Amino acid sequence: MLIKRGGEIKSGEITDRALYLNRRAFMAGAAALALAPGVAAAAPPAAGQPLAATHNKAFDLPDATTKFQDATTYNNFYEFGVNKDDPANLAGTLKPRPWKVQVDGLVQKPQTFDVDDVIRMAPLEERVYRLRCVEGWSMVIPWIGFPLSVLLKRVDPTGSAKYVEFSTLVDPEQFPGQKKGFFNFGGLDWPYTEGLRLDEALHPLTLLTVGMYGQVLPNQNGAPIRVVVPWKYGFKSAKSIVRIRLTSDEPKTAWNKAAPQEYGFYSNVNPKVDHPRWSQATERRIGEFRRRPTLMWNGYDQVAGLYSGMDLKKLY
Amino acid sequence: MTARARVALKVVVWAACLAPLGVLGYRAFEGDLTANPISFVTNWLGDWTLRILLVSLAMTPLRILLRWSWPIALRRLLGLFACFYASLHFCVWLVLDHFFAWRQMGADIVKRPYITVGMTALLLMIPLAATSTAGAIRRLGGARWRWLHRLVYVVGLCAVLHYLWLAKKANPSPYYYAAAFILLMAIRAWDWTRRRVAAGSPSPRPSPQRGEGA
Repeated sequence: MLIKRGGEIKSGEITDRALYLNRRAFMAGAAALALAPGVAAAAPPAAGQPLAATHNKAFDLPDATTKFQDATTYNNFYEFGVNKDDPANLAGTLKPRPWKVQVDGLVQKPQTFDVDDVIRMAPLEERVYRLRCVEGWSMVIPWIGFPLSVLLKRVDPTGSAKYVEFSTLVDPEQFPGQKKGFFNFGGLDWPYTEGLRLDEALHPLTLLTVGMYGQVLPNQNGAPIRVVVPWKYGFKSAKSIVRIRLTSDEPKTAWNKAAPQEYGFYSNVNPKVDHPRWSQATERRIGEFRRRPTLMWNGYDQVAGLYSGMDLKKLY
Repeated sequence: MTARARVALKVVVWAACLAPLGVLGYRAFEGDLTANPISFVTNWLGDWTLRILLVSLAMTPLRILLRWSWPIALRRLLGLFACFYASLHFCVWLVLDHFFAWRQMGADIVKRPYITVGMTALLLMIPLAATSTAGAIRRLGGARWRWLHRLVYVVGLCAVLHYLWLAKKANPSPYYYAAAFILLMAIRAWDWTRRRVAAGSPSPRPSPQRGEGA
């Protein structure tokens, strides 16, 4: 089935951009086809290629979708560098195939999955989510994936599992921002780790994501596999995941280690709890001129029950 | 240095200081201001304010270390350009970023240390720019004028802190600016101590050169 795309994008534009960004992956794919015609049908989808999914209307928003060009050139992905355009400029260094995802910890059936097997684990759906960055800007993005709960149930968490930890790939050859050097001091600790409480991870909104805008996930957006947790600030949605570990204790998270008073474990979008250095009351939607008010839970009120009775100012 | 060389030098400084604005205008014309143009323009103007300010603060150390006198003649021009870029940076924040949301901006100035020091730096630059003319120096008297213009050190400190406090921790670039500022101030301190020791008196020996002290 063909997927409806954001209105502003011309389809020709998307293909050109994607081919340009993923020339390496494209050529590798082409080479694989030439060398092994027999397995051509099984060749994994390269970033930028179309990815079929069923559009899920339940998550449609009145907000206009962010332009594909903006969503793929304005990114925070410190593994590539601290500038917004570093991920798009350096995306070619990441090799999203072959890719394994180790799922272990407090589970009955620990397993290391090939990413292509994960993708086939459940029907892919397209959901349009708001993305609110902790820095005060936001986007609206049509993601492709399925609920993370599908994967977690497959490994059968034990009764003592209370949290889920996500780890991003460490490889300075693929992620130049991880290179040690004089100019890289003060950075994050690698691997980038993020975490959710198990009930947050099992919430139907939490999306294990492999594509966006009807395409395989571009490298700069966290290829080949990431999570998207739309009611939390963007940095909570770990990218390029190689390990998912279930734990009994709250996992240490990368930004919390770097600046504990600024980035809490929960980091739910909350206009009433400011970042210590700036207000979170408003945000700039990419593509719009005026700031707009930030919504509690980023507009996803259905998660409020997960936090009833919690002091959101203390557990920020 | 001949008068013609001085004029040529100033032309070069004018061109160099206007170039970032030209590049910004060109990028705006090309539609190349990233997905978040307001943030990009704010950062661009802020970066260049800090760079030009630090270059203006490097003129005296250049004279101390290399015994050149010509850098001193560029301080005023560089300082005024720093003030010009700071004003543009502020206007973008006022008009484009917050669109005259006075209450929220007022709260930010009080509550957010990085905005507090940023506003302080801008406000302190205004009396310096206003008294940058030869007439103002004459009216104030050299000694008083020099004392007033030492405020530029406070401006430099505030500007460096502004960037340090607003940037996310993993971004190393504010530390480079802070290091440059500390180095420039250290050279002044070293020179001041050296002259004090050489003079053997509690106050530094007045320098024969024009515009000493700032």
